[in-house]
This record gives sequence, structure tokens and C-alpha cells, in this order.
Amino acid sequence: MSQKTLAGKTVEVTDEGYLQDHNQWNEDIAKALAEEEGIELGEDHFKILHYLREKYEEGANLTIRKVGKSGFTDIKGFYKLFPGGPLKKASKIAGIPKPTSCV
Amino acid sequence: MKKIVILGAGTGGTIMANKLRKVLSRSEWDITVVDKDKTHYYQPGFLFIPFGIYNRNDVIKPKSDFLPPGVNVLYTGIDRIEPNDQQVLLEGGQVLPYDFLVVATGTNINPDETPGLKDQLWHKEIFDFYTVDGAVALREFFRDWEGGRLVVNIAELPFKCPVAPLEFSFLADAYFSELGIRDKVDISFVTPLPGAFTKPKASQMLGELLEEKNIRVIPDFYLESVDNEKKVIRSYDEQEVPFDVLTIVPVNTGDPMVERSGMGDDLNFIPTDKYTLQSKHHENIFVLGDASDIPTSKAGSVVHFASEVVYENLVSAIENRPLKAQFDGHSNCYIETGHGKGSIIDFNYDTEPLPGTFPLPGVGPFGLLQNTKMNHYGKVLFRWIYWHILLKGKEMPIESQMTMAGKKS
Repeated sequence: MSQKTLAGKTVEVTDEGYLQDHNQWNEDIAKALAEEEGIELGEDHFKILHYLREKYEEGANLTIRKVGKSGFTDIKGFYKLFPGGPLKKASKIAGIPKPTSCV
Repeated sequence: MKKIVILGAGTGGTIMANKLRKVLSRSEWDITVVDKDKTHYYQPGFLFIPFGIYNRNDVIKPKSDFLPPGVNVLYTGIDRIEPNDQQVLLEGGQVLPYDFLVVATGTNINPDETPGLKDQLWHKEIFDFYTVDGAVALREFFRDWEGGRLVVNIAELPFKCPVAPLEFSFLADAYFSELGIRDKVDISFVTPLPGAFTKPKASQMLGELLEEKNIRVIPDFYLESVDNEKKVIRSYDEQEVPFDVLTIVPVNTGDPMVERSGMGDDLNFIPTDKYTLQSKHHENIFVLGDASDIPTSKAGSVVHFASEVVYENLVSAIENRPLKAQFDGHSNCYIETGHGKGSIIDFNYDTEPLPGTFPLPGVGPFGLLQNTKMNHYGKVLFRWIYWHILLKGKEMPIESQMTMAGKKS
């Protein structure tokens, strides 16, 4: 755990760079986090980030398939917006914990 | 007369029927079990069929052999649950009112969720090993196969028995080695996970075993479709992996009845309190085993441990007392690793699999996260334990709560 300054605000982050407290998040912090991942955020990205935050607050299990059924994008679109590991990257940028894949 | 209805007579439903009939008075409580299938499948045995170790007859017995007297058994399909009216509608129109309901309808493979999967090559060069038919078809295929690219793929999480595709890969390595054609068989393990398994210590141990056996791991691969013409599997980020034979764990979903009842999540699993195992939305419904959305493995051992909790809490609910029993997510898996050896992992919601001995601290006889012959004998013996002790709801020499004794953290 360590402190980090993002968009002029000091926040607590995990070893892997996920926010400790999702309430410290704002859209400017999202932009700063996205930049570290090489992603420039647009409107489509933010729709998904807000969707993920909302579902996280409801206590839902987040999966790529669920995002694909969210109505904001399909799975292919999700990969295009957040290339590589879309759920991990989008969760980090949305300020919520790293998704746990449960088997 | 008050009524308990149990939906599903697999591992969970059968154990519950046995436990409840033993304690609830027959003059007060009517117990009804519903399942469309008259055959009980020993699912851990499916894995051995492709390699000729078990055949179809080794894994099936009539369900009626395991259900206790004094329980009504209806072999019919379930249309839907109407939770607000406290009743179940069966196919054919029969209505079953209930005071308490136990849903134990499990999970099944759903190959239709992936474009191209259930197409011209299905059960010809593309196989599942989660159905007896799939496992037997793969057995027939392997008998004449002379080698090529064998791809083992997991389509989606969660899926039933998370170690099964690993075991399948290990057993394939051993099988083709014994046939003397291992050098002609290229085995790839293609998974949406970042490594061999989710939990760090187990992932490392199992990853090393895969490497030792010359099985290639392709991680972070999220399956979009299967191309029958080109014989490749394709991911959402457009990676392609070619195959000559594809062995796949298709997307797992809960029973379609759950969807018709409007009670499931996006994969048709029922939102369930992970500690009390009560439905999150209906107080008089308990969800046992794979049908629930609790964050632990979908596996027989979990069902067995969870059945203790459902049983205790259901009895408390009947007596109007608070639900005191808490499930810890305990899971215990044998892992066949081939050549007569095996490993064991034991874990719960909070504790990942650790090395040590099991079930007796320092004694064993089983070695956790170790690769031993004794562990393999455990798996072989387990089939007998399953049919004769576990399904009947009798006491087992293993606590339902996980213990740290014998584990090295």
C-alpha cells in the first residue's frame, strides 16, 4: 500500500495501483489512471466506468460477460476500449478493486 | 401437513433428502424431491472415461438407490418456481406448494453460448468431458488418434470442478506417453485466467507441473468463437489458437428453470447469502451447491460441506430461530496428475490452498499441494465413499469447516 498523487489529489493505492477507497475517485483521477495505461478516455469509456462503479456498489460479481450485456458495449467493444485485460484495466481506472476471478 | 420441496436430486438434493428425512417427523413434514433424470451420475468419474480408465457403467446408478424411504420422488421436469406464491410448477401442470424450498438444480454446460462451438465438429473433433456422451465420444476419438494438436480450453468462469481441465491435461500427457506417441502430441492449455489456477500458491505449483510435463499454457484468452473451417479458436481480442482436437469446458450456466422463474443473475445462478446459504430475496428458499452464486468452487466437495449449513439453518428456520450456521466456502479437491499420482488442495473463502498434510496434522495420509501416489489412491477410493457414505448424508471423517491444522502458511 502506498500514496500517490493523481490529478493533484493524494490517494491511497494498492501495490498493483488500484485505489484503496473508491470514494476518492473522480473523473480527473480516472483520466490520470487511464493515461498510465496508455488509454485516452472518451464518452464511451466513461459510460462503462460509471456502470462498473454502480454495479460494484451494489455488490455484484463483475465479469466481462456482464459488461458485454450492460447495453453500453458488447464484449468485443469492451476489448477495443480497454485493450489487453479489459476488466482489470477498466476496474483500475474506475477506482474499484481488482476483480477476483473465482473458480 | 407442512411441506419441504427439494429441486434436483444430484449430490446436494440427495444429501438433503437423507439428512432431513432422518430428523423431521413424518406425521408433520412431507418431503418431495423433483428431478427429471432417473440416473445419478458420478461426475468426478467422467474425466477418466476418455482415457479408458472408466466406462459408462462405472459412473451411473439409479437415483432411487440413494433416496430414503418416506420421501416423495417425482421424475419430471420443473417449469418454474413462483416464489411469491410459495409454489413450484412442474412440466405437465402439477403444482407443488411448499413451506420451505431447497434449490439444488446445479449447473450445466451451455455450448450454445459460443458461436461455432456446437457445429459440424461437435463430438467429432470438438468434445466436452462434462457429459457422459461427450466423454465417451472422446474415448472413441482417442482410440484411433495418431497425434497432432490437442487444445484444452476453458470458455468462461465460473465452471464446474475448476481443477478438471488441469487433470484432463495431466492425464492426456500420461496417456499419450504410455502409448508411445507423446512426441507427436502437442498439448496446449488455453485459459481466461492469468495462469494455471486462480489462487497464487496453487497456481504456481500447478503451473510448474504443466511445464514439467511439456504442456503449454496460453493465459488471458477469452473465447469468442470456434471456427470449424479453419479449425481455430478465436478470442475477443482476435488471438487464434489452431487445433486438431479441441477439448473444451463450455460456458456454464444455471438451470433454465431458474431463468423462467426470474431468479437468476446473468449466468442463471441464484443470488445467495454466502454465509447462511439462504436466497437473498426469499427467506424460505435455500440454495445448495452449484445453483448458487456464492464465490467458491462449483464442486461436489463444496456441496457436501455446504449441505451441513443448509441443513442446520433450515432446521433453525423451521423452528423460527436465527440462522446461526455460517458457511466458510470450504472446498477440497483431489487433482489427478497422471502416472498413478495425485495432489490435493483444501481452501475456503479467506484461505488459499496451502501446503501441508490432510486430514490429520503432520500425519496425513494425504499431502496438500504435493504430488504423491497416496493422493491418487484417495481419489480412487473416493468413488466408493461417494456412493456409500456421502450421498446418504452419513458422517465423514472430515469437518465441514476448513481447519488450519496441518497447513503451513
